[in-house]
Amino acid sequence: MPNIREVTLPGVGVRYEFATEAGEQVGVIAHRGGWKELLVYDADDPDRCRTVLHMTADETRALGELMGASTVSQVATAIEQDIQGLTIAWLRIAQGSTSVGRTIGDLHVRSRTGVSIVAVVRDEQTIPSPEPDFAFAVGDMAVAVGTPDGVRQVRDLLS
Amino acid sequence: MTVVLAAVGADVALAFVEIGLLALVLAFLARVASRLGITAVPFYLLAGLGLGEGGIADIGVAEGFVELGAEIGVLMLLLTLGLEYSSDELRSGLRGGGVPGAVDALLGFTPGLVAGLLLGWAVPAAVLLGGVTWISSSGVISKVLSDLDRLGYRETPSVLNLLVIEDLAMAVYLPIVAAVVAGEDMMSTATTVAIALVTVGVVLWVAMSYGHLMSVRLDRGNNEALLLAVFGLTLVVGGLAQQLQISAAIGAFLVGLALSGPVQERASELIEPLRDLFAAMFFLFFAFQIDPGDLPAAMVPAALLLLVTGAGKMATGWVAAKRIGASTRGRVRAGAALIARGEFSIVIASLGIGLADGAQLGIIAAAYVLLTAVAGPVLAKNADALHDLVFRRRTQSTTAGAAASASSAQEAGSTL
Repeated sequence: MPNIREVTLPGVGVRYEFATEAGEQVGVIAHRGGWKELLVYDADDPDRCRTVLHMTADETRALGELMGASTVSQVATAIEQDIQGLTIAWLRIAQGSTSVGRTIGDLHVRSRTGVSIVAVVRDEQTIPSPEPDFAFAVGDMAVAVGTPDGVRQVRDLLS
Repeated sequence: MTVVLAAVGADVALAFVEIGLLALVLAFLARVASRLGITAVPFYLLAGLGLGEGGIADIGVAEGFVELGAEIGVLMLLLTLGLEYSSDELRSGLRGGGVPGAVDALLGFTPGLVAGLLLGWAVPAAVLLGGVTWISSSGVISKVLSDLDRLGYRETPSVLNLLVIEDLAMAVYLPIVAAVVAGEDMMSTATTVAIALVTVGVVLWVAMSYGHLMSVRLDRGNNEALLLAVFGLTLVVGGLAQQLQISAAIGAFLVGLALSGPVQERASELIEPLRDLFAAMFFLFFAFQIDPGDLPAAMVPAALLLLVTGAGKMATGWVAAKRIGASTRGRVRAGAALIARGEFSIVIASLGIGLADGAQLGIIAAAYVLLTAVAGPVLAKNADALHDLVFRRRTQSTTAGAAASASSAQEAGSTL
């Protein structure tokens, strides 16, 4: 993971930038309105951009997909864009929960509630997009994303 | 009865035609301006000069409507200014921008103040001219940066942060000048300034700390409800601020600051068309009050001010961009980008239009905005060429010097 620098652009949005291994400076401007700019900096004048691509939210998502974005970051962008009626919840697996030792597939989380478990945090370690055969243990923190109703059902299921 | 109605009807018909024709003229000018890639403000001012008193076509009936519209226009301009930045952005701008902000205030404000005093004006008018030459046009500048695809450039955050600082400086400056303009003797002016600053400080703190509560409540409404709520709130707060002699503009600005989160985004989109309409009336009405015959004479001091304050903004941009590690090219680009003045210079000048020196202040401000609003974007566009003009020559002369010393070294070597 390259070291990403974050710069606030007041009134515009946020700019992220990093250097590739080949030494090129790359940046992204996330505009408040949801569209993005992809930037490639000039080697001769490192302050200016050689290329600026303007992309809509859809195009950015498509590019991310092509570049192999993980489910977590996809969901994260979705939340960032504040989609109406979407809830994200952090659910702790408590001692004595019926879900301890059972896998996501066993519990039929997705098919029963429509909610996705996008990540599980276990002992300070994050497991992004856990597979259906992932088994819960006591103390796990599951990150669930779905409708408010669905998330409530998952909360009942896991606690 | 019928006679009265008929008379009113004729008046209304005339007013409709006048306002409609004005709007059509402005529409044409706005198109020309966007074709040329500059702000429409100077064109609106020229149109107002041409159509107002002493101009080619006197507007009669519609003037009352335009006058009220103009007052609302100032509120809308300041509201959108307040809406532009989130409280986080204001805080981050404040954190990094102290030194460039101080340089900006010194090099931007002083020339205007001194020029006003040299012209023999009273202090309030001179203080207003200082404001005219100080505050850059955030509207013009952010549009220029985005049109030239420069938002990604290294120096751009330093430019935007300066605009944030100027914004906050307006929150202090406007109540002070409002009091100075209204005040009779030293004592009452000082009291009004103190009251105004304390009020602004308290409201600002409340807006930054609890603004989100109001924002959440407002965000539940549909677009229609939100538009009316924000418009109404702005006028009410503006009116109350005016009553307290803080200036209605600052009240509107504080409303904009208090709105945050998703509602901020929605409100600025909804208000934008309203702002464009009423702000156009404001620029028009401002120019109505100016005698176009005075314009040529005002061009000389305005051009001198452009030279001095243009150099000041170049220095400010240089300092600001240097602090975030931009090269000399980036620093020149930052300085050139900051030169454009526009809407806020006119807002400030309009506060003093009723003063003894108000007419002269108005015409110089108009001439100054005409010059900077055109020169600013042109200079920003050609900043790299400007840089090369200054710095290439120097590097060439140093390389020539190096070659000369090398050849003399060679000669020395050959004699050995």
